Amino acid sequence: MTLVQEQTPTTATDEESGGPLLEVSDLKVHFPVKRGLIFDRTVGLIKAVDGVSFSIMPGETLGLVGESGSGKTTTGRAILQLVKATSGRVMFEGADLVSLSGNNMRRMRRRLGMVFQDPYGALNPRMTAGDIIGEPLVVHKLYQGRQDLRRQVGELLETVGLNRSMVDRYPHEFSGGQRQRIGVARALAARPSFMVLDEPVSALDVSIQAQIINLLQNLQDEFELSYLFIAHDLSVVRHISDRVAVMYLGKIVEVAQCDELYENPLHPYTKALLSAIPIPDPELDRRRDRIVLEGDIPSPLNPPSGCVFHTRCPVAVEDCPAYVPELREVAPGHWVACIRADGYGQYYTSTAG
Amino acid sequence: MTEPLLEVKNLKTYFHSSAGQVRAVDGSSFYIHEGETLGLVGESGCGKSVSALSVMRLIPNPPGRIEDGEVIFEGRDLLQLTEAEMREVRGSKIGMIFQEPMTSLNPVLTIGRQLTETLELHLKMTKQIANRRAAELLDMVGIADPEQRLKDHPHQLSGGQRQRVMIAIAMSCNPKLLIADEATTALDVTIQAQILELMMQLTNELGTGLLIITHNLGVVARYADRVNVMYAGKIRETGPAIDLYRNPKHPYTVGLLNSVPRLDSRSGSRLIPIEGEIPDPANLPTGCAFRPRCQWAVDKCASEDPPLVEAAEGQMTACWEHENVTRTPTGALA
Ligand SMILES: Nc1ncnc2c1ncn2[C@@H]1O[C@H](COP(=O)(O)OP(=O)(O)OP(=O)(O)O)[C@@H](O)[C@H]1O
Ligand SMILES: Nc1ncnc2c1ncn2[C@@H]1O[C@H](COP(=O)(O)OP(=O)(O)O)[C@@H](O)[C@H]1O
Ligand SMILES: [Mg+2]
Ligand SMILES: [Mg+2]
Repeated sequence: MTLVQEQTPTTATDEESGGPLLEVSDLKVHFPVKRGLIFDRTVGLIKAVDGVSFSIMPGETLGLVGESGSGKTTTGRAILQLVKATSGRVMFEGADLVSLSGNNMRRMRRRLGMVFQDPYGALNPRMTAGDIIGEPLVVHKLYQGRQDLRRQVGELLETVGLNRSMVDRYPHEFSGGQRQRIGVARALAARPSFMVLDEPVSALDVSIQAQIINLLQNLQDEFELSYLFIAHDLSVVRHISDRVAVMYLGKIVEVAQCDELYENPLHPYTKALLSAIPIPDPELDRRRDRIVLEGDIPSPLNPPSGCVFHTRCPVAVEDCPAYVPELREVAPGHWVACIRADGYGQYYTSTAG
Repeated sequence: MTEPLLEVKNLKTYFHSSAGQVRAVDGSSFYIHEGETLGLVGESGCGKSVSALSVMRLIPNPPGRIEDGEVIFEGRDLLQLTEAEMREVRGSKIGMIFQEPMTSLNPVLTIGRQLTETLELHLKMTKQIANRRAAELLDMVGIADPEQRLKDHPHQLSGGQRQRVMIAIAMSCNPKLLIADEATTALDVTIQAQILELMMQLTNELGTGLLIITHNLGVVARYADRVNVMYAGKIRETGPAIDLYRNPKHPYTVGLLNSVPRLDSRSGSRLIPIEGEIPDPANLPTGCAFRPRCQWAVDKCASEDPPLVEAAEGQMTACWEHENVTRTPTGALA
């Protein structure tokens, strides 16, 4: 095994199965911040994604959670090459997407799907549902004649729980939940093996959310899809994910099997995040411990030194502002980046007296 | 029991448009006692904000109009007050916090000016005293370096800080009632927790009545004493939070609780969604508006809209079949 692979959090069962479908290693996306009227001067760097590694197995869902600006969307977009990675590798079906040529990437694109948060903004208002869903088929020439195109689009509509008769309607004639179904049908059209789902249910009402979550779970079973499921709502993520990665200011601070992460969180940020989310059961919720973090999320333009979480961390010690904790495996399949976490001692000895 | 602080009786607020009449709030009654926290939950468009705006008499007219009802606050019907009297109530008796603080803060005025303005107007403070009080208020809502921050404009603050300023303004005149309409919906979860804890702490200390409006069933479970569940313009169920979550009696409440993902349910478990879509408010089904999505519906539901009746002690439910409704549906979803 190479060094890079060793540093990539995967499931504990990697060895037996065939290996990951997607493997992201040390991915960085840095955006220059420019000021000035005539000459663009670069005055700073937003490290939106700053050394992220993970892998996803065939048929697996990795949940990616974190607060606004933590770099979730940018990670998803960088995997799909919708934003240029500053450095790092994205191995997918045997190729490094970051270094693929334009033509090869265009061919690869049909294996990759994406569903966006906003069911209102994501669909072109001047295209019919049929055109929207059929577009990837047209782009990748995956149909034989108009008849076949129409048949495939009709099947896709039914797959996502819509009616074939809706094919000629425009986006504004659909409800939010229905629009999200159209977005899912479009992402499915070219038969991808992997999809980035960026907050696919955040904008929907509770009763509609559940419909879409169930749809996504059914499709995954039916088509053996792998998902990167991005969300800030940890309750939704628990439902759909096999494993979960928690991001804070461009870095992954913890990864584990889903139930393990929720029942035995090790990073103080994960603990705070979980405790901030109320459970819709007053008797149970009112007995839970509450950790209320102080202060705001720091600006990514000027992230704190050492561990980026130390400014808000309730258990930070003297070493934390000075030492950048690597993501380390502290129990089988459970990775954490915190010198205070249980099990991290084997990787870190305090320098402070 | 003492008189409630606020008592809304049979409130009807309608909007008129080319698409027809929207009965945004259609015969809603509820109350809040001093120091009590009432949660108002429901999905988008069900009439939560219109309920709050009606209490504040901030319904844009046209297209909206309060058609009927009473809003009794401290013994007076707010719907009968003059606009000048109502301004006084809004400034000093009832505070309101909205979802998007940027639209309710004035972008061209400093934070300090927005705070002192209310203090000078309603509490008749001098400039100097108002300034000192403004700094105290910012400190109270947890903003560091308050004197300095008073000179800032809203865009210089983070979303969480702006919401803290909104709370400071809403609390500045020691209101008797605070209405928080999706006040934390746009915020990150850790900031949401900060703001909610702050709101609870302040209202507890000062004995303020609190109306929390949200679509988040978790927030209500954590903080509310009592809960109103709204659907399509009407309160469908109301009761003490603990009872209502433990033993929901309205099919819509049951549906909501079954469809919401929970932090404590195991990975891979399936949700039970409510089938169908939220109805078009200009074109509601006849009888009970929830009927087309309801697994317990009977013939009567199509013709007669059920009134709120006592379904359990202290718990009112508007459903003809409430005696048969249980949290774990028995085979009904086959
Ligand atoms: N094109 C861009 N140019 C400059 N900065 C950017 C760009 N895209 C994103 N950023 C910055 O990168 C950081 C991460 O953004 P990103 O959209 O990935 O966050 P996120 O985790 O998806 O947040 P949210 O939960 O709000 O969607 C933010 O600070 C953002 O402002
Ligand atoms: N200014 C307005 N003009 C027309 N219709 C309105 C207006 N404000 C609200 N409505 C309608 O009233 C109903 C209830 O809205 P609202 O109270 O804002 O819902 P929510 O429960 O999401 O806060 C909706 O159908 C909405 O479209
Ligand atoms: Mg995002
Ligand atoms: Mg509203």
